[in-house]
Amino acid sequence: MAFSLRKSKYVIYNNLKTRMGLFGITKNRSCWTSSPTHHHSTPIAAPFVQTFRNTCASFRNTGTLFSARRFESIKAGKQVLDFPGGMVAFTSEMSFISESPKERAHCYRVLDDNGQPIIHQNIVNEEVSITMYAHMVTLQIMDTIFYEAQRQGRISFYLTTNGEEAINIASAAALTIDDLIFPQYREPGVLLWRGFTLQEFANQCFGNKADYGKGRQMPIHYGSNKHNYFTISSTIATQLPHAVGAAYSLKMEKKDACVVTYFGDGGSSEGDFHAALNFAAVMEVPVIFICRNNGWAISTPTSDQFRSDGVVVKGKAYGVRSIRVDGNDALAIYNAVHAAREMAISEHRPILIEALAYRVGHHSTSDDSTKYRPANEIEFWRTSRDPVTRFRKWIESNGWWSGEAESELRSSVRKELLHAIQFAEKVEKPSISNIFTDVYDIPPLNLCEQEISLRETIKRYPEDYPPNVPV
Amino acid sequence: MASSLRRYGRRAVSMCRTRKPAFSTSCDDTSLLPQSGTSINLFSAINQALHIALETDSRAYVFGEDVSFGGVFRCTTGLADRFGKHRVFNTPLCEQGIVGFGVGLAAMGNRAIAEIQFADYIYPAFDQIVNEAAKFRYRSGNQFNCGGLTIRAPYGAVGHGGHYHSQSPEAFFCHVPGIKVVIPRSPQQAKGLLLSCIRDSNPIVFFEPKWLYRLAVEEVPEHDYMLPLSEAEVIREGSDITLVGWGAQLSIMEEACLDAEKDGISCELIDLKTLIPWDKETVEASVRKTGRLLISHEAPVTGGFGAEISASIVERCFLRLEAPVARICGLDTPFPLVFETFYLPTKNKILDAIKSTVNY
Ligand SMILES: Cc1ncc(C[n+]2csc(CCOP(=O)(O)OP(=O)(O)O)c2C)c(N)n1
Ligand SMILES: [Mg+2]
Repeated sequence: MAFSLRKSKYVIYNNLKTRMGLFGITKNRSCWTSSPTHHHSTPIAAPFVQTFRNTCASFRNTGTLFSARRFESIKAGKQVLDFPGGMVAFTSEMSFISESPKERAHCYRVLDDNGQPIIHQNIVNEEVSITMYAHMVTLQIMDTIFYEAQRQGRISFYLTTNGEEAINIASAAALTIDDLIFPQYREPGVLLWRGFTLQEFANQCFGNKADYGKGRQMPIHYGSNKHNYFTISSTIATQLPHAVGAAYSLKMEKKDACVVTYFGDGGSSEGDFHAALNFAAVMEVPVIFICRNNGWAISTPTSDQFRSDGVVVKGKAYGVRSIRVDGNDALAIYNAVHAAREMAISEHRPILIEALAYRVGHHSTSDDSTKYRPANEIEFWRTSRDPVTRFRKWIESNGWWSGEAESELRSSVRKELLHAIQFAEKVEKPSISNIFTDVYDIPPLNLCEQEISLRETIKRYPEDYPPNVPV
Repeated sequence: MASSLRRYGRRAVSMCRTRKPAFSTSCDDTSLLPQSGTSINLFSAINQALHIALETDSRAYVFGEDVSFGGVFRCTTGLADRFGKHRVFNTPLCEQGIVGFGVGLAAMGNRAIAEIQFADYIYPAFDQIVNEAAKFRYRSGNQFNCGGLTIRAPYGAVGHGGHYHSQSPEAFFCHVPGIKVVIPRSPQQAKGLLLSCIRDSNPIVFFEPKWLYRLAVEEVPEHDYMLPLSEAEVIREGSDITLVGWGAQLSIMEEACLDAEKDGISCELIDLKTLIPWDKETVEASVRKTGRLLISHEAPVTGGFGAEISASIVERCFLRLEAPVARICGLDTPFPLVFETFYLPTKNKILDAIKSTVNY
């Protein structure tokens, strides 16, 4: 089934977009307004912003910034500070704002652990659901086979998305191809959804001459201009401010699109995360920050990463509307991202989504996570909380999926992948002129000289160099 | 003691870039090796140094990303168990935080030993190193200092690291008055130099050659010892040309020296060890003897630290030089994954440069 998808992905995809619009929007509107977190954040943020604007206006007109009007009494007995940034009420009660909420931010979900809807509403239709499921399975198989290929020494590195398939696929499904993606590295499913082929994935991992990155980066550092997917950098969180800048451009061009950027719980500790959220709020740009809080940053548990109630609460501090979502519930992710997109574009505002999931795999092929976390914890999430199984239960209970479809899907994806890998492995590497291009738009003199000198060295010592890299 | 130990580092590491298993060691005269020494690799030598640092100074702290469970390169293995989670701990994923925290901790008279997981990820901490750590003493008229700060970071090629797990950023830091930059070439050197850095009264960036973490094995004395900073070491004597390098590159340079010897060229090889402030005298004395100089490093040639060495030696030895100073370094490109061997300053590139310099 995924095969027909692959063949005519764009046709189906566009088809789906139109249909999803019908189902998605009406229902999704209610989903954010009914969210308990939003009821708390919206009323606090909105009047504050308003006051700020009014205050500014009156200051400019009268030039009385520090005049007697500064202490103004609105209601009898209630003193208010006319402070740059908005009115602040005085109080005689000395109370510190608590470092932690009485209750942790709630987590939005649609499906329960058994894949049964908690609320009955029209969510995604059969076609979209099956497409989503097929992509999740494809992602899983891709992870298994590439991981194995690394173990066999055929590729130098790999990193899986196990446990985060729903975040990958469902978020991608709720977007349009015009939305720009600034990824971390654990979101290849977004690219898969957009039509990057298994062959294209394999080409990158093998760094062959068909790799768009020209063999220069480590495996899994995908990027595809035609899929609006910016090339991955290994450096954590650096993509977040880029996303804000790109979103500003979309806003200025009045595009019907937003920017979506992904990062981990670990990434939220970097300065770039804080810069990006703050910029996004101040510049009022259509950007969605999707935090995959998977509990771990390599060996570092979230308790060593932050003491806030996760990442979702940080949005409020920056004036960014935020929601926490069950990352193992594909429908919840879909709804939240869909609603976020609507708000981001129509209101020119950033949205922060924290998806709670678990990094079921090791951090990467360089890691053995049993060194720092209990095996039964991994096992629990792998079995009882698996997002793919949960989604399968849902489509099965709708009568949209069968064991037969499942085995047909799995065997054909596997076949296609094995073929893609075998092929990618045989394709030669990019030629050595690719060392010197793209450093700048045009290679300057020093690089031209270095290329000449390198070619002379290779002529003298051909045995020093890998035979599969054409000169 | 330190000076006798310096000899043990001779030809400490012999390995090549084709990922053959590293051969351990070797001292020309094995009788010089202390009885207590055992053969260990470079990450274990670092680990020993950290154990000793924490053991001998109750105000020493070790911290960084993933440090608690032993670090991604196992350098901090066992430290948290032994010294407790208040002295050895994970930090949030934030390099500017790690170094800034280290500056403050050191300013209170502690030994702050910070780990940056890869040298490639030191850049978010650049401001804290360049504007803060480096100027802390100077700007306060020596009322305050953060001399107890040591920043460890694995650097350099590793065979499959691509752009962000291969860089050699030492030159950026050599341009900053107020910090020192130190790079060891072998397990013995790593242990002695790291202990000196930790106990030095200046903030130091200590780059560890990650390719050698497992590959380089040699006998390392178990006891507490320090190797002097800002002292270069002639690790191979010769008369025709002087080669200067540091870290993992020295083993490649040494292979080139051996090949050149077969052609009757006698090479002198110097390990600079401390890049800033560097030991000009040792290099100058050698060049006065040989009349020729070659510098090699993995970092891109343009603006690399080789340029500084070259300029200084030309200033001091202009009339003695019989050929232009040669630099065999990384290409002026980002570090490219599948082209790694093409990018690197390989043995034969060095060998060719030795020959053309000698035959100039
Ligand atoms: C600036 C920077 N520092 C350190 C690293 C090393 N590193 C790679 S992944 C990682 C953990 C990231 O964790 P998280 O953001 O939670 O993402 P996850 O791997 O869980 O998806 C670290 C520390 C890096 N890549 N970049
Ligand atoms: Mg994580």
